[in-house]
Amino acid sequence: MRKTECLAMILAGGQGSRLKALTKTVAKPAVPFGGKYRIIDFPLSNCANSGIEKVGVLTQYKPLELHNYLGSGSSWDLDRTGGGVFILPPYAREKGADWYRGTADAIYQNLNFIDLADPDYVLILSGDHIYTMDYSWMLKAHKDNNADVTIGVFEVSWEEAPRFGIMVTDKETGRITEFQEKPKEPKSNLASMGIYIFSKPFLKKYLEEDGVKEDSTHDFGNDLIPKMLADNARMFSYAFDGYWKDVGTIESLWQANMDLLQDQPPFDLKGDQKVFSSNPSLPPHFVGPYAAVKQSMINEGAKIEGEVDKCVIFQGVRVGKGAKVTNSVVLPTAVIEDGAIVNYAIIAQDAVIKAGAKVEGKPGEIFVVPEGSVVNA
Amino acid sequence: MKQVVGIINLQEGNSLIRELAATRAVEALPFAGRYRLVDFAISNMVNSGISTVGLVLPDFSRAVLDHIRSGKDWDLARRRDGLTYLPAALPDNDSRKGDLKDIYANLDFAELSGKQYVLLTNASYIYNIDFQDVLAFHKKSSADITMIYTKAQTDREGKSVVIETSTNGIVTDLAEVPAIKEGQKDVMGAYLMPVPTFAYLVRSTYERGGQDFLLDGLIRHANEFKISAYKHEGYVAHINSTMEYYEANRDCLKPEVWEELFMNNERPIFTKVKDEVPVQYKETASVKNSLIANGCEIRGTVENSILFRGVTVGKGAVVKDSILMQRCDVQDGARVEAVICDKNVIITKNRWLKGAENYPYIVTKNARI
Repeated sequence: MRKTECLAMILAGGQGSRLKALTKTVAKPAVPFGGKYRIIDFPLSNCANSGIEKVGVLTQYKPLELHNYLGSGSSWDLDRTGGGVFILPPYAREKGADWYRGTADAIYQNLNFIDLADPDYVLILSGDHIYTMDYSWMLKAHKDNNADVTIGVFEVSWEEAPRFGIMVTDKETGRITEFQEKPKEPKSNLASMGIYIFSKPFLKKYLEEDGVKEDSTHDFGNDLIPKMLADNARMFSYAFDGYWKDVGTIESLWQANMDLLQDQPPFDLKGDQKVFSSNPSLPPHFVGPYAAVKQSMINEGAKIEGEVDKCVIFQGVRVGKGAKVTNSVVLPTAVIEDGAIVNYAIIAQDAVIKAGAKVEGKPGEIFVVPEGSVVNA
Repeated sequence: MKQVVGIINLQEGNSLIRELAATRAVEALPFAGRYRLVDFAISNMVNSGISTVGLVLPDFSRAVLDHIRSGKDWDLARRRDGLTYLPAALPDNDSRKGDLKDIYANLDFAELSGKQYVLLTNASYIYNIDFQDVLAFHKKSSADITMIYTKAQTDREGKSVVIETSTNGIVTDLAEVPAIKEGQKDVMGAYLMPVPTFAYLVRSTYERGGQDFLLDGLIRHANEFKISAYKHEGYVAHINSTMEYYEANRDCLKPEVWEELFMNNERPIFTKVKDEVPVQYKETASVKNSLIANGCEIRGTVENSILFRGVTVGKGAVVKDSILMQRCDVQDGARVEAVICDKNVIITKNRWLKGAENYPYIVTKNARI
């Protein structure tokens, strides 16, 4: 394998159990978002846009659809000679096989892959956040600081801070002095984004120590970062001030979709950095003579004959005559028949809302219709 | 279909489309919001299982080359077989007009392909077909050549080839006409024949000074062969004039045509992939009976229109009965009716622009009004 400066490793094995019905058949990173994307498109596109040519994707939970989606990586322009996307599920060794026991263990079990790629730096990403970011600036900061670790941080409101891993930093240098995991009384409002750059030899040393530890949970946040801090390693924060959203729950996933619908969205998918995605061969969507569409995003291959207001509509969705779909997210090829009513809902792939049926949630209680299910009138 | 080599002839330049085809080959004309005409020809072959496809390039080939590149988006970037560009014959060697010299110059492609049959098509007809049915029909008919035709739905101007057939589907007459009448059998520029027949036809015609594959080749040699005619039952559009281009685009607004051409799961129409954002409809948008491609941002009113990728329609702007190609910008309060805007046209604030129902007004590339 050709030597690479910075190798990215995306943790994509999470089940995303709080997304319930949406992750019954797929891993969280494969959950659809924003009319045509899947969550993993964001870190992958960021890598492509940051000039990172080698990306390992660590999969574990229900990986088939995700593997199929990743393919050769060509959708993200990552099908490179001697580079590209490498899918890394757990595998068996001489002494048996293990599942990935934690985020750090997933990387530990693939240390030989990292050695093969022989990078100077390793960028660890998670596959469940929506944001666009050029990692090359963060890498530059890492080098300028001569750091062992650089952690991406994001300013959250003080009320929200107890839900996150919080970094206490030196205001001037950005050097991290303390780490609080979901603190009751946060000393800072800089939340970890789950983005880490490690200098490779440093990371390897800590992973090898942690890997054989019996009492470790093998988690970056729980085990490695605190240990590194205790050892007085050179750890720096890198502040990100764009849009960043954890879409780990139904409500936050719905909200992040709705964020796209504002007149000037806080997160502009048309921004400087393109988000790449797999593009099915479908025609421009059709809006019928009696349709009304407002404040919505609609993808290719959809056929809209009813009323759509404040919705994100994925490819191949059908909305029948007289149907009314509001404040909702409708995933690929779902069908909403004539006269049906959908409000505050997420309709999963291939679900059918029969003619005249009603699906109504409310703010804070988004109704989820699972994949392939049928709702009768 | 493993026995068939496909050749798509993009050298048929006999078009009445002037303004839109001034800077590009007709075959590269944008169509139905995200496609180019040539997409249909290539997709039909790929969907029928033909994996060796040659493209006879037009004189202005940049738009075609830029669009198709390696052929990957049509699954034709393959280790074996796949896509081959067949460049036009050099004018130094041959100053004749017509497409025959270009087919002749590339005859090796078919003869060395190791395939049994040649399927020759063009890109000025729009339809969605499974050529496997045509091959089966050809074998059963024991004819030398099979042509694909459609029954003309209306009278049309522009050169066309019509046939007459006997009751058993054998062609009894074959002629080029300046205009076509409703009900006539309109040949869709698609011919299937064994490779040696094709090679003989091309070689003997060229060596006797022929210029045009259809006129000098097929029509003149028609009586030497048994020719059968396969009727395509589905939707067909022939793009031979600006009006036909306008109407064919607007046909895609009929749900049954949209479904037949584009929504067949077995036979999708492939095109160059561009990562555009889904269409953004804002608070003040009102859209009826239209096709809207990804990347558009709409704040105004759009009716009976086709918007290509990345078009913006401002607040209070009205777009009616129009075709707006990539990245057109209709600013606040502007109004366009029965207009075809080529790429990157800007209609500035409060400007009005109107064509006639049967004669759309055409705005050329990059214009600012």
